[in-house]
Amino acid sequence: MEDKFELGGVSFSSRFILGSGKYSLDLIKAAVQDAGAQMITVAVRRANTKESDNIMNYIPEGVTLLPNTSGARDAEEAVRIARLGRELGCGNFVKVEIMRDSKYLLPDNLETVKATERLTKEGFIVMPYMYPDLYVARQLVEAGAACVMPLAAPIGSNRGLATKEFIQILIDELDVPIIVDAGIGRPSQACEAMEMGAAAIMANTALATARNIPQMASAFKAAIEAGRSAYLAGLGRVMSRGAESSDPLTGFLRD
Amino acid sequence: MENQFLVDSEYLSKEALLKKHRLEEEPESRTNHMAYQEGMEVIDSDIKQTVLNAIKDYDPTIYKKEDVLFALQKKSCDVEDLKALLSPAAEPYLEQMAVRARTETSKHFGNTVYLFTPLYIANYCENYCVYCGFNCFNHIRRNLLKDEELRHEMQVIADSGMEEILILTGESRAKSDVHYIGEAVKMAKEYFRMVGLEIYPLNTEEYAYLHACGADYVTVFQETYDTTVYESLHLAGHKRCWPYRFDAQERALRGGVRGVAFAALLGLADFRKDALATALHASLLQKKYPHAEISLSCPRLRPIKGNETIHSENVHERQLLQIICAYRIFLPYAGITVSSRESATFRNGIAKIAATKISAGVSTGIGDHEEKYHGQEAEQAGDEQFEIDDGRSFETMYEDMEGEGLQPVLNDYLYV
Repeated sequence: MEDKFELGGVSFSSRFILGSGKYSLDLIKAAVQDAGAQMITVAVRRANTKESDNIMNYIPEGVTLLPNTSGARDAEEAVRIARLGRELGCGNFVKVEIMRDSKYLLPDNLETVKATERLTKEGFIVMPYMYPDLYVARQLVEAGAACVMPLAAPIGSNRGLATKEFIQILIDELDVPIIVDAGIGRPSQACEAMEMGAAAIMANTALATARNIPQMASAFKAAIEAGRSAYLAGLGRVMSRGAESSDPLTGFLRD
Repeated sequence: MENQFLVDSEYLSKEALLKKHRLEEEPESRTNHMAYQEGMEVIDSDIKQTVLNAIKDYDPTIYKKEDVLFALQKKSCDVEDLKALLSPAAEPYLEQMAVRARTETSKHFGNTVYLFTPLYIANYCENYCVYCGFNCFNHIRRNLLKDEELRHEMQVIADSGMEEILILTGESRAKSDVHYIGEAVKMAKEYFRMVGLEIYPLNTEEYAYLHACGADYVTVFQETYDTTVYESLHLAGHKRCWPYRFDAQERALRGGVRGVAFAALLGLADFRKDALATALHASLLQKKYPHAEISLSCPRLRPIKGNETIHSENVHERQLLQIICAYRIFLPYAGITVSSRESATFRNGIAKIAATKISAGVSTGIGDHEEKYHGQEAEQAGDEQFEIDDGRSFETMYEDMEGEGLQPVLNDYLYV
């Protein structure tokens, strides 16, 4: 059986999603051809441009568009941007991104919950970007989020799984796909997140800033697939403190 | 060659000349530059004092090679590191600074470069700032674009492909009042995706009004943070008030704008201190208003009509590059704009290291875009604020930036 995951009734076999941080046409091409992306994020504000320069013209057919609300500073603005994205023909998916700090660009969880509640009611398939907090993640699921997208490290930082322990808790406790977003700098980190049980990886800067973008894209593809296979194969058999004892502690039990 | 700012126009009346000379020669005849003038809003903010203290204590000569290298290998730089990077000790490490700056720029902005153009809509001015072409004693053709003229200018610029515009005026509340600017902003929203303002400082309510009209970014150059030098150059008018100008960005943010920009006009005073103050001013305001987008400009003095001798004395391209790299390393997330005051070669180079925004198709005159773009003589055009160096059109700039391996971006913004 093919290993797929589902978001809002659409199923995806690729577990790599291209983020929207840095754009280039080479990057989009590599993401689709070499990393196998079936979903590409488009910042609505960046699509708000005249024909010739519009990034939307370069998205290949068959790829699902994921408009994001970057630039939103609160729930109200996120809702407005999401609606505009839908008007621009981006479909019903929306990645809610709300930042109130121009230095670190960390997501505002409280506003994200508010926006998710409102947007799901309007029929959007909401993918909220958030700081990994179990209570907030549960609220998002309750509000109808199609998945939860915790950050691994500050956006664009390439610092890897800085929030690993907290992402693991979300994976263990929630029944929606957990998509690790932001901060993944290397294929090995993407692999590690997949081994943990993440449903997919979103990345951009790691590819965009590589010397050879197509090669890095295929490295990510391989790493994500390897991590996924390892997860399915059951990493539980790896012993954390050496081999199993040949003289078990419970060996004294008789009847 | 030292700057000779004071030039008498032959067209000035005897009375005007008398007034001008009195302002220039008798400091006691000038108003207190640290006192707010009538109608100027006073806000409670401690940022001014923090910045003034920092530049007072800054002695660029005490920094050594070790301080520079230490700053360059740190993950994030603090104010002490910034001081080292701006010091003479950092000059031999310009290449290393550029490499680090490029890394930071690429982390935050990728390989993008934003293009915009300034649109001067009026050049009337009530200030006497000795280095500026618009100053009230300078004999230039004055103009203010009205409805159809303004629409025509915007149409010409929009037809070139530009999507972001920066509206500028001289500083005359009498001629180019806030309502007039608001109408210009509303019109600009019809033609452009993003509208910024570089006009005289306003009160919070006035910024809120212009924000409601559609402007989301406000640029105010402090010119110099050295209050004594400031006093000696800005001899009359609203601009004479140093603290009101300093707090302009904070009032603009309180008025609801998304982003604010800062600059010292490099070459007016000690450029190292002015650069330190500019970066600190921006960073402290971002800390106080974390959602604010901040950006820096780095203008150098240029010749003006009536005075061709004005130039940036000690800030050569090397020093300018050092300042811009220091800005980038200290504020990796800040926008950096490099204007057409600089040469095409310098702008091509700096766009690959630290600049995130450059202007193209620039005129600093009033109502002459058709002349500049299509060679049609504009009879009533107002004279320019300063002479530009890089006169590339939008189209050429777009191609050149692509040729440099950069991705020109026309818009990445939504008014919400």
